[in-house]
Amino acid sequence: MEFRNSRLENGLEIVAECNPHAYSTSLAFFVRAGARDEPESVSGVSHFLEHMVFKGTPTRSAADVNLELDELGANSNAYTSEEQTVYYATVLPELQSQTTQLLADIMRPELRDSDFETEKKVIIEEIRKYDDQPPYGAHEKCMALFFQGHPLANSILGTEKSVGALTVAQMRDYFRARYSPSNIVFAAAGRVDFDRLERDLEKWCGTWEPFITQRSASSARHLCASRQERREQATQQYIIQIGAAPDATDPQRYANRLLTMIVGDDTSSRLYWDLVDSGRAEYAGISSHEFQGAGMNMSYLCCEPDDASENLQRVLDVQRQVESEFVTAEELELAKNKACSHVVLRAERPSSRMFSVGNGWIQRRSYLTVAETVARYRAVTLDDVHRVIERYGLSRNATCAVGPRDDLVIPPVTDT
Amino acid sequence: MADSSPAADSSPIVSRLERSDNIQVHELANGMVVLAESMDWLESVSFCLLLPAGCVLDPGDRLGLSNFACEMVQRGCGSRDSRQFIEELDGLGVERSCGVSSSHTTYGAAMPFERLPAALAIYADLVRRPHLPADQFEDGRQVCLQELRALEDDLAQRVMLELRRCQYPSPWGRPSTGDLAGVMAAKLDDVQAFFAQHYQPRGAVLAVAGKFSWPDLRSLTERLFGDWTPRDSPPLVSGARGETHVHLPHDSAQTQIAVSYDSVPYSHPDYYEARGAVGVLSDGMSSRLFTEVRENRGLAYSVFASCHSLRDRGAVMCYAGTSTELAQQTLDVLLYELRRLREGIQPEELRRLKARIKSNLIMQQESSSSRAGSIAGDWFHLQSVRTLQEIGRKVDALSCDSINAYLAGNAPQGFTVVTLGAQPLEIPNGVS
Repeated sequence: MEFRNSRLENGLEIVAECNPHAYSTSLAFFVRAGARDEPESVSGVSHFLEHMVFKGTPTRSAADVNLELDELGANSNAYTSEEQTVYYATVLPELQSQTTQLLADIMRPELRDSDFETEKKVIIEEIRKYDDQPPYGAHEKCMALFFQGHPLANSILGTEKSVGALTVAQMRDYFRARYSPSNIVFAAAGRVDFDRLERDLEKWCGTWEPFITQRSASSARHLCASRQERREQATQQYIIQIGAAPDATDPQRYANRLLTMIVGDDTSSRLYWDLVDSGRAEYAGISSHEFQGAGMNMSYLCCEPDDASENLQRVLDVQRQVESEFVTAEELELAKNKACSHVVLRAERPSSRMFSVGNGWIQRRSYLTVAETVARYRAVTLDDVHRVIERYGLSRNATCAVGPRDDLVIPPVTDT
Repeated sequence: MADSSPAADSSPIVSRLERSDNIQVHELANGMVVLAESMDWLESVSFCLLLPAGCVLDPGDRLGLSNFACEMVQRGCGSRDSRQFIEELDGLGVERSCGVSSSHTTYGAAMPFERLPAALAIYADLVRRPHLPADQFEDGRQVCLQELRALEDDLAQRVMLELRRCQYPSPWGRPSTGDLAGVMAAKLDDVQAFFAQHYQPRGAVLAVAGKFSWPDLRSLTERLFGDWTPRDSPPLVSGARGETHVHLPHDSAQTQIAVSYDSVPYSHPDYYEARGAVGVLSDGMSSRLFTEVRENRGLAYSVFASCHSLRDRGAVMCYAGTSTELAQQTLDVLLYELRRLREGIQPEELRRLKARIKSNLIMQQESSSSRAGSIAGDWFHLQSVRTLQEIGRKVDALSCDSINAYLAGNAPQGFTVVTLGAQPLEIPNGVS
């Protein structure tokens, strides 16, 4: 296993974890372009652009792109998050060069009008799909509350209205503001021929003109407000809570991840034993999310509407108890075992390693081996976890509830 | 135009797969079968334990009992109470899954390889010596009720479950979660009786894949399961199949569309031809459904078709979710593409499909849990295991002619259509 990296003159960075024994090669462009980079007038454009990237280039039609990806036998897709858009493909090692060429080509899309209008319909179907599906967008609604006034409040999908009003010209402008090679990382893992990769990327991406890109680095304000939305046709009540947590470069993030496992993992956590094992809730858990300059712990509760107020109080009791009594050494050890085993098991697939390598680089410009990642978790002490609890708490949250009831008792946020 | 030279090399798929003649099969005296596929290049090991305790065995007035039993056995076993059981597995770093299908209750686990003996010992207790604690029975019932309620809100899953119910004769189309009446009526005695009758070695399969020592594993399984007493299973009587057209009214922005038709089971000699035809329909971004429904018309975000197989019969099940005002057109396009299959597939379509299958087969070698699940399923369907090499040879042997000959004799027809949404759709004449 060898880590290699390099940088083209135009700023495009290349990072790879090369494993000569792997059966596959996983390749991806990570672009620093996501919902947080969107002015309100173009809400949803990053995600729409992600779809349009597969719609062809000056030399390839949309159908050509699809045909070629399938001919490569590629497991390929793309996703858009708050902070990045990622285009990836996992292929057999001998197809590295052809796949790199294809991915590089589609990263300079033609953005044809007719494709734009057809794909707009697909995006609107995607928005409606999520609107019909639990938790009915409650997580984005809760982020909008919590990060109010900060770009992390932006929706990834946008709305039917915002997407409906988007024009190709606006998308072109957005592309020209974000898709500079200096704003892009190419990540690879598995059986990678790095020298060849470097030559290929120089050939296919070396001519891309760089330009200055900016991302608002305004610090996040946290608003612990609450919002309830009635949805009569739902059966269960869905409640999302968001509180502050370490950001993507904060060394405390490992302690926080372990803390959220102790309190809210989907097995053997405090919320699991209190709410899920007892059948009080279908689901009750916490996950941590790290962004540039901000972080959040997101709690998710799903239960019968008539039990929701009581369950919400139980969640608060669990949070408060952790804030006042902290966690035990046994709980920390258990969480470490779970986290480390998960890291090791996931690492067997090059596609999974590629995401770790790419995310690590785009967020922190750093690379960790699997063993180093495991060591970071192992090194977390009880004091580290306590410091995270003292700094952020668990109970100071924004709350968004969607379901048949809109009269839940949401306990007010108080300083503990 | 794009460079249209074939991307993948045309060497046989089988030449790219590790020799997998190292699959071990060991049958215990009580009928339990142990399968093991060595993947010694991995650091993990996974197992999949199939028990002949599927939801087809639920009594008619206790639908959901198998799922209830699956929940209850995980509440303490052997020397561990409910909490110790879960914490011990978590402490070992075992990632686990469980589920009930029509034929089986399945427990799956993946772990760092050195943890296998400890984890397997816990699972032996789970399937043989669960406490089924009375004081947690109502908690267990609540968990099952939560699952049922959650399903009400999952519209895509609901429409596919209803499709299954309509496609297969009773009880083979049942959802494992059962129904409210069945879960409410179940008593601890029922769970105990279900466990005593159906958690048994005859018909059980333990499939292990990854890094392990076969002599050690073999003696471990003898020790853990060798003295497990087999029981006879009652014969099952199949009933009638469901309706061919169903609409489930729901006040939603989208309409969920599900369509199925008869196909061959996994064990059938023509299975790979049938699977190949569905691949042309639905595998990849250049597949017919993706191209015609999504790419060319922008009708839906999700559309797919897949093969499903019981032991003695199979079906193709298709899904599309789209806005109410586009639903009729989407159903029409979907049915048109299904009917068009009888005209046959093109060589380029098969070439692309083979490239995708080739990469998927080679990449299966990176995942012990994927192989453990596959070989367990093979045993159920075939009473033998298809190695990756054998599958590779079958795929290499597929040709347009063989698939088109299959389609000529087995054109998609007799469609079952289930919709869920604000308005019912018109089912064209001659569909059913």
